[in-house]
This record gives sequence, C-alpha cells and structure tokens, in this order.
Amino acid sequence: MAVGKSIIRKEAWDKVTGRAKYTNDFKEPGMLHASLVTSPYAHARILSLEARRALAAPGVHAVVVGEGLPLTGEDMRDRPPIAVDKVRYYGEVVAVVVADTLAQAEQAARLVRVVYEPLPAVGSPREALKKGAPLLHEHLDRYEKNKTTHPEPGTNVAHRTKIRKGNIEQGFAESDVIVETSVSFAPSDHIAMETRCATAEIWPDGTIHISASSQSPFMIKKLLHAYFGEETGKVIVHTPLVGGAYGGKAPVQLELLAYLASKAVGGRKVSVWNSREHDMVTSPVHIGLEATVKIGATKDGLFKAMEILFLFDGGAYSDKAIDVSRAAAVDCTGPYHVENVFCDSLCVYTNRPYATPFRSFGHCEQAFAIERAIDELAQELQLDPWEVRRKNAIHPGHTTPTQVRLTKSNVGNMPACLDRLRELMHWDEWQRVEVDAYTVRAKGIGAGWKTSTIDTDASSGVILTFNSDGSVNVISGVVEIGTGTKTVLAQIVAERLKMDVDQVHVKMDIDTQTTPEHWKTVASRGTFMAGRAALAAADDAIRQLKDIAACVLRASPDDLEVGFGRVFLRDDPAIFLPIKDIAYGYKFPNGNAIGGQVIGHGHYILRRLTPLDPKTGAGKPGPEWGVCAEGVEIEFNRRDYTYRIVKAYAVIDAGKVLNPKAALGQAMGAMSMGLSFASREGFLFDKEQRVLNPQLRTYRPIRFGEHPEYIVEFVETPQIDAPYGARGIGEHGLIAMPAALANALSLAAGVPLNKLPLVPELIWRTQKGDSYGSV
Amino acid sequence: MVPFDFAYYRPQSITEATALFAALERDGKRPLYYGGGTEIITLSRLNLVRTAAVIDIKAIPECRALDVGHDSLVLGAALSLAELEEANPFPLLTKAAREVADRTARNQITLGGNICGQIFYRETALPLFVAEADAIIAGPYGIRQCRFLDLFHQQLQLGRGEFVVQFKVDRAAATLPHFHRKRRKQGEVGYPLVTIVALKKDGTVRVALSGVCPFPFRSAEVEAHVNDRSRPVGERIQAAVDAFPRPILHDIEGSADYRLFVAAQLLEDMLGELGDRETV
Amino acid sequence: MEETTKRELVLSINGERRSIVARQSETLLFVLRDGLGLTGAKPGCLNGDCGACTVLVDGTPIKSCMMLAIETVDKDITTIEGLDDAPIQHAFVRHFAFQCGYCTPGFIMNAHALIERRPNADEATIQEWLESNICRCTSYQEIEAAVKEVLEAKKAKPTDP
Repeated sequence: MAVGKSIIRKEAWDKVTGRAKYTNDFKEPGMLHASLVTSPYAHARILSLEARRALAAPGVHAVVVGEGLPLTGEDMRDRPPIAVDKVRYYGEVVAVVVADTLAQAEQAARLVRVVYEPLPAVGSPREALKKGAPLLHEHLDRYEKNKTTHPEPGTNVAHRTKIRKGNIEQGFAESDVIVETSVSFAPSDHIAMETRCATAEIWPDGTIHISASSQSPFMIKKLLHAYFGEETGKVIVHTPLVGGAYGGKAPVQLELLAYLASKAVGGRKVSVWNSREHDMVTSPVHIGLEATVKIGATKDGLFKAMEILFLFDGGAYSDKAIDVSRAAAVDCTGPYHVENVFCDSLCVYTNRPYATPFRSFGHCEQAFAIERAIDELAQELQLDPWEVRRKNAIHPGHTTPTQVRLTKSNVGNMPACLDRLRELMHWDEWQRVEVDAYTVRAKGIGAGWKTSTIDTDASSGVILTFNSDGSVNVISGVVEIGTGTKTVLAQIVAERLKMDVDQVHVKMDIDTQTTPEHWKTVASRGTFMAGRAALAAADDAIRQLKDIAACVLRASPDDLEVGFGRVFLRDDPAIFLPIKDIAYGYKFPNGNAIGGQVIGHGHYILRRLTPLDPKTGAGKPGPEWGVCAEGVEIEFNRRDYTYRIVKAYAVIDAGKVLNPKAALGQAMGAMSMGLSFASREGFLFDKEQRVLNPQLRTYRPIRFGEHPEYIVEFVETPQIDAPYGARGIGEHGLIAMPAALANALSLAAGVPLNKLPLVPELIWRTQKGDSYGSV
Repeated sequence: MVPFDFAYYRPQSITEATALFAALERDGKRPLYYGGGTEIITLSRLNLVRTAAVIDIKAIPECRALDVGHDSLVLGAALSLAELEEANPFPLLTKAAREVADRTARNQITLGGNICGQIFYRETALPLFVAEADAIIAGPYGIRQCRFLDLFHQQLQLGRGEFVVQFKVDRAAATLPHFHRKRRKQGEVGYPLVTIVALKKDGTVRVALSGVCPFPFRSAEVEAHVNDRSRPVGERIQAAVDAFPRPILHDIEGSADYRLFVAAQLLEDMLGELGDRETV
Repeated sequence: MEETTKRELVLSINGERRSIVARQSETLLFVLRDGLGLTGAKPGCLNGDCGACTVLVDGTPIKSCMMLAIETVDKDITTIEGLDDAPIQHAFVRHFAFQCGYCTPGFIMNAHALIERRPNADEATIQEWLESNICRCTSYQEIEAAVKEVLEAKKAKPTDP
C-alpha cells in the first residue's frame, strides 16, 4: 500500500512556497540578539578581556564571559562553553554580546578588547604526538569523563580505541606481500545551508525554553541538567524544520550560549545565530585524518592481516570526535573479512576547530585509507582491484573487527553490491583509456560498510493520535533534517493500519514536552528505531480500536481486522465500524458511550549492544552493517591536470526500499557530498593554524553543472527485525566516494593520490614529487 | 548585513553626485560611490569598510549608457555585468565578465564596481587594457577622459571624489581576434588562479592577466617576449613568464609556482588560438 | 544616531505596497524577513555566495543579502511567497528536487526567472544561471530534471498564457 511507493514528502509544499519555518524564522518583538566575539588566534593565553566599551554601546544588555562556567563535552568534559584563560582554536568563543538588535550586537562585539599572548600552535595529529609538542590540555587527568573514554594524560591523546583480533604477526608471516599506504586530509565542514541557531528564554516559573536547529533536542535537556544542574523536566526544547545537518547539528554548543545569555539578561529571550564564518569554524567541523594502513595478503590477493593507525584530528576539544574515532575503529577493515587485525584509532587534540560527526561518522574517512591501500595492493600484485575486493568481501559467518559474528540479517550483501557495480560500470570493458594525447578516462571503485556506533541504551518513541475523521497523527522525536524520515514513518504507519497515507498526518516540529524522545536524529537510525516504535504504536492503536469495536459488534477482538478506515469481521467484512466512529470512543444510539480517544504508543530500544573491551575492542557497537559498492568515472587532462567527474555509481543494500525516490535522493545527495568533499573541500591553515577560508567564497562546495551523472541501484537483503526489512541508507552513498575518486585519478595520473581534496594542483605536485600542504 | 548605519543618496546627475561627495566629505562622512553595492556590503559586514554615506550612481544616465556608435562603444560604469553580457557589444568583455562571481551576482555587480573595487582580481579590466579603452572620469573638477591603461597602476588611480562614468572602446578593437581563458583552483565558480585575455591587432598580440599578481596587469615587456617571433614558442613563453611583475600570488587559491605553470600553459593556448605559434 | 538614519520605505512586494521603517544601510533580505515577516528568502551566508536569499527585482534574480532595501523603492519585488502555483514549484515537488528545503526558495526563484526570461535556455545557459545557488542535500541532478521538465513543457506549449 504505502511502503515501496515514492510518496511525496509531507512538508513538500511548505518547502516550495516559503512557508516552511526554520529556527531563525521565528522572530518576536523584544527578542534580544547575540554576537559572538571569537579568537583570532589558534592557541593563546587570554591576558585580559575588556568589555566596558561594548557594554556602553547602544542597545547592549550584557557581555557574557567564560569565568565560573562548568566544563562541557559529551564523552569528556574538556571544553569551556566560553573560553577562559586560554583559547585553543581559531574562532573559539571568548565572549557573547547581547543587544536589542543583531546590528547593535555586532557593532558592540567589535568593541570588546581582548589581549592575547600567542602560544605555539599544534597543526596536525602527527605534530601533536611528537615529543615536546605543546600540550593543549595540561589537566587531561582531571577531566570528568565516561567509562568508555581513555585519554592519555601528559600527551595530546584524548582517546585511543584498540582493536585486536587474531594474531597480527602470524597474519603478516602468512602474507606473500605487504603494502603500506598513508593518507591524510585536513578538517573540513558540513556547510548546512542553514547556519546553526538557538534561542533561549527562562520563564519566571523556572522553565527554560530553547529553540534550536539541532539533531539532538532531547540531548539538550540532558546536557543542561548535566552541566548546569537544571531539572530536565523544566527544560523544553523546540526544534522546527532543520535546514541540513549531516551530523554537524548533533553536538550541543550554541544552545548553551543562548541559555547563558538569557540567564545574563534576566531570562529574556536571546537568539544566537551563527554567521556563515562562525558556523564554519567556531562551531564543530568535519574531522581530519592522518592514517597508515598496512595490508598483508597472499599473492592471489587474499587478505591475511591489516595493521591500521588512525590519527583523527579531533581539534581543540574532544566532544563527539572521540566517538567518531571509535566508530572508524569498529569498522576499520572496511567490508572485508580479515582474520588478523591490529588497529589503534586515536582522537588527537590539535589547535584546530573541534570536530564532530560528519555524514558517515568516520567511515568515508576510514574508507579513504583502506580503499586506497587496497588499490595499491592490487597494483602491487597486478590484480584487478575489483577482484581483490570481491575475493575478500565480507559475508554472513564472518566476524567483524570487534568480533561480532555476522548473520544473514545483520549484514547486507556485499558480494551482490560488488557484482552489480561491476555490471553497471562495464568494469571489465576498460578501466583506463587514453582518448587523445592528453585526455585519459579512468574508473575507480571502492566499497563501504557501516554500523552505527551509538549509545547502547538509545531509544525512540512514537505516539499516534486519531482525529475524529479517522485520520492519524504521527508524533515522533525524529527531527526532519531533510532526510524525509517522517514521511517514511507515515508510510510505515499507513501500511500497518492499512490506510491511505494521505490520512496519516505528521507533526513536523519537535517539542520535547509533548514529543516522545528519539535519542538523536543521527546514524541513519531514524527509520529503524522510530519505525519500530511506529509499528508498536500502530499495533497498540489497532488493539484499542478492536477492543472498542468488539463491544459494539459483539465479537471477540481476535476475530476483528483493522484496515481501509474500518474495523471489520475477518470472515464477513460487511460487518464493520468506520474508524471515525470509534476513534474518539463509540456513542451508542441511546447516548451511552465507551472507549475514548485512541492514542497508540510504542517505543523501541536497541538491544544487546555492548561497549568495546578497552584492550581488544571486542563488543557489539551497533545493530547491523549496511554495505555499498561505489565507483567513479573521470576524464583527466594530463597536460593541465584538470579533470571532470563524468559518472558516479552506487549500489547500496537498502534492505528494503520504503520510498524509492526518497531513497535515491538520499543516496545521490550523499554521493554528491562525498565527491564535493573529495574534490574541493577542506580548510586551509596558515602556520599559526588560523583558518584561511572560512567563507563560501573561498571554500567552494560543488555547484550545479559540476555534478556528474549519478547511477544508483539498490540491493534488497532484509534486516529481519527492521521495519519491512529496511536498512539505513542516508550515509552509505558517501562512504566510498572519496576513495573511488582518488582511485580513478591515481590510475589516470599514474601516481598514488593519497591526500584530499583532489585539486589539480595536488595532482601536479604529486607528479612532480613535491609535497603539498597549507600555504 | 551592514551592522553600522549610513545614509543613502541617489543623485540623478554627475554634478549632483560630485557635489554631494564634496559636501559629505566636508561633513566627515567619508562617503563612498556605490555601484552594484555587493563589495561594499560584503566588506562592511567583515568590518573592512566603514562609511557614513553612500552615493549610488545607478540613477545617473551617463553611467547607464550603452551606446554602439560609429567609431566607438560607450559602456556606462553602472551597467551590470549581466547587462553587458546580454547586449554583448564587446565579445571579449562578455567573456571576461561571464566568469566573474556567478550569474545572479552579475545581475548586480557593475563594470565600474568590478574594476574599482578592493577585491584585486578586477577581471573586466583586462579586455579594456588590451582594447586600449578610454575612461571617462568625473570629479570635483569636472569630467576628464584619459587612456584607461595610463591611469591604472595596480589599481585605477582616482582622485578623491572621482568616479568612473564610462569606458569608451574603439569599435574596431572590439571586433579583433581575441582569446580569453580563466582557470580556477577547481570548479566553475570562484576567484581565478589565472585569467588571461588577449587581442591580436596588426599581427601583434596584446595580453593582460589577472590572478597571477595581486593586481591585473598588461606589461609591455611581457608582450615584447610574447611577440618575439624570432624565438621558439617555448622560449617566448618562458621569457614572458619571467617578465611578469612581482610578487606572484601565493595563497589559498594556489601556490606561486603552480600559478606560473598554469599561466605558461594558458599563454601557449593563447598563441595557438591566435595563430601565433610559429617561429619566423 | 540610529533614528536619523532610518527612513520610511514603500516597497512593492508580491503585488502589494508595503510600508516599512528601516535603516538605510539595511539589506533587502533583513527588511523582508524581520520587517515584513517574509521569511521565505533564507540567509545562508550574507555574503552573496550561496543564493539562498534570491528574490526577483523587476523579474531579475538578485541576492537580497547584497542589495539595500532602499535601492528597491520603485521596483517590483517578488519573493517565493509571491509565486502562485508556478510550474517550477510542482516540478520541484515531483522530482524530489529538495530535501531540507533551505536552499529551495532561492533555487526556485532563480529557476523561475530563468524559465520566464530564457524559455529556450540551452545546457550552458541553465548551468550559467543555476550555478549561482548552492544545494547541499541533493545531487543537483534532481533539480536539473525539474528545471528541464518545465522548460520542455514550455517549449511544447509556447502560447501558454
């Protein structure tokens, strides 16, 4: 009925008419506005901060500074919400100016005088790990942290995840060839078109009202409690539509500033809205990486061992970067069966903007390292890189690096994805052709997998309420960030209730006081977790409908069915009650009534997940592994080093495609993001680690017309305990794209290209044998 | 978003504009002439420009002129780049304009603004260099006409209170064989690594570049090497590159040596397309 | 100081005359959003780089973050709220040409102007116009399909009123 159809997203017409509202679209007379004063240095001591002139400026109500505030951070509390004593990255907030208008706040922000004493800045993970490198956090040993975080005091290591599987020495001993590959890329950014925004207001009764452009409205409640001791019941978070997130709106940052600012002005409503520049560097960014991968294999290409070192550039504060570095470790080998694995994944402090999840959560980063290494191995062995991947593809019966045994349900079909990719790309026909003296066409591929490394007790709830016309409202804590998940939930509910999806209404915005919690809208887990909750809620509603109808129809509930707007007798559908007549209880002709409004509720909690063993990494981090195989076809000019991405392919195991056009959109959008990241994005730093391109003028994502032709197909291997078998698909399109592009260009140019972004100058320089770094 | 306040004036004539400027200057308003406004607004929000008054020249008829006369083209400084592209009176200028910013932005960016702004690429100056255009300039002492190139040393040397009203291009020059190429770091929108514009007149190539140095230029020395047909093409190009003014840009768009590599290739393309590769 | 620099502006927006008191240095985007409650035009960069704030001024797409409101006196402004069931809106819905929807009003206004002004646009013209807007969710292929469909339909029915 509704599942499997390209249902138009519920909020579509709001979005094409300008009626769709985002956090910063809600304005109120009397609302105050904040401007952030940020650090021009990446590492410096704050000698003094003088706000008198700013305070005296027209319209200014307060200048909030960092003294006396608690440290914050989800895994480890290492970050002052506003810097005190020291700044650790370019763009770090040192003060928040609150004024009547944004213009006044910005004017006054320029009057805050901060005197800094610059300190030597640490520019990359490898630099940060060198003996004698400046320490970002002298008191790493004193920070409050959760049990699964393992910092190394006296160093810049915020966390280390160890994966030890099999016997690495033996694996290498059994190998005919060992290939070592190093890759690197600098931090970059999400560039959601809506910059982050939060407002806060504290009412006289003590309730705290936050509005936030966030993937984690429920986490905001918890963190205001954890950091500031506010009662969670008194924190009410409102999240309307979110204008793109991609992981970047999972962390909680501006919300804290808005809360502090409101507190400083007697609880008045204050809006903190990022400029694009602040959104790019002050708020958390896409993580950078330096990695070394050593693969041992037999001469026919069978992997025997992988030794992997991931040095993630977590930036100045660990926050969610710890989790990202852990997620990469969990799936460190890529979607291949490797018996002997040794991986250290470090989250390293540097004087760079701090990192947070980016769509694929450590996996496009990890895949870039592994998939480049596999291509280099294939080249070394003179084997077809597709064959090498196919030979080692993971499948049920194998174990993951964290030693989870895979089943037909908990992993997608990797071989099938690779097989289909090979056909779609006409892989066997050619992989590199010289079109003319300068023009080379080349193909590159990569594969990816991903499980979601999320809290082991993450849960999701759904409430269904009925309207008197028999239609249904779906209320879920999933934030509509653009993925269309809420429309998919409506499809799931319509399917279960056997009703027209047009009769299923969706509450788009979140109000944490009335919306059941969905842990966070991250990790491609919305459809799975909220979908399960929606099914449970539908079943609950069905039970209630049947109970009322059973009374009226004088039949056992067991003999009733719900569907097509009715409750009817299974063996004689002509005997029925319209749902609209019982959705608010049933009124007998004599005026007596039974029942009441039908309110279905359901929830889902992830099951049997365990934290990783700190010594071996053994543990079950997530419910299932989705897989994908991807490819890129490029046209490269050997004379001037420019290239064009001609085609991009993805074959993704979707489990079950619930909404074909929406699924394609998710896959293609993710691919586009991966190609944009790989071909042109990344922060450029000067020697003092100041970001030189924090603007869309100089940090230029892919634009219309630069896009290749996208070819996407889905394989359907159901995850049996997911709604209708659907697997997460919001991220997989991205995972192997950077690697596939690098593999194609390396083949075309004839040199290994192991850095991102793959701009022509990088290729030119690599071919010349120069190093290419920041200017 | 301009955080500070200014007063906005929209004079209807040149004399009104210059008089306004003088008056506002006397009042300490540090006025700015305002064309498309994109750069003033951009730099204001970044605290790189501050003024208490702007004088919009878009209502001055002369600034909006687009006349194709018998001998010359008159191009008003307040014409938007998109208007110039569409009317296409000077195809080489169209090509240069079309690569500035993006189409929507070019609906606003004016010819005068692109040339007189602070952002130093000023790519639409290049066709005017090689076409040896004149600039009509208004100021407190009236209106003067001079050779654009003579007045351009890294940037247009305008006196206080002066603004460009028009450019005048020889019609014959506008139809000469020409060459334009812009190469960016990556992609099809953005600042140039190198933009090169050339025009061939009487067997001689005139060439101007942007993106190589922190200012656009046309150099007699560079042209002498380019046109020295007694030497093989490779040598001519190398000599031309060596003769580029300094400093060579070395920034987030590209390193200095890469820019020179790109510039040399584009010079080669230019000579190829203008049929000037052969050695005599 | 502030008071003296504010001015009453009468703007013609979506066919209505709207009167507003605004700072002379205020951009059209902020006047539309904060002054007139027309929040369809979106701030994405305030720097003229992303196109999310695109509106039509006398039918021409303009980045409203880069134009002063006072410049638009005596001009006709059309925002996304002023589109009345335009074919491009339907095509965007049909082709799933948006996800988060934040860039959508700007993209639609630009595409609408392209369709009106250049019904015979070729590939190069389509790219030239639409590369002015950044979309971060879609692959652009969906947007391309939507725009081309409307252009094709227009070519098929040239006398469409």
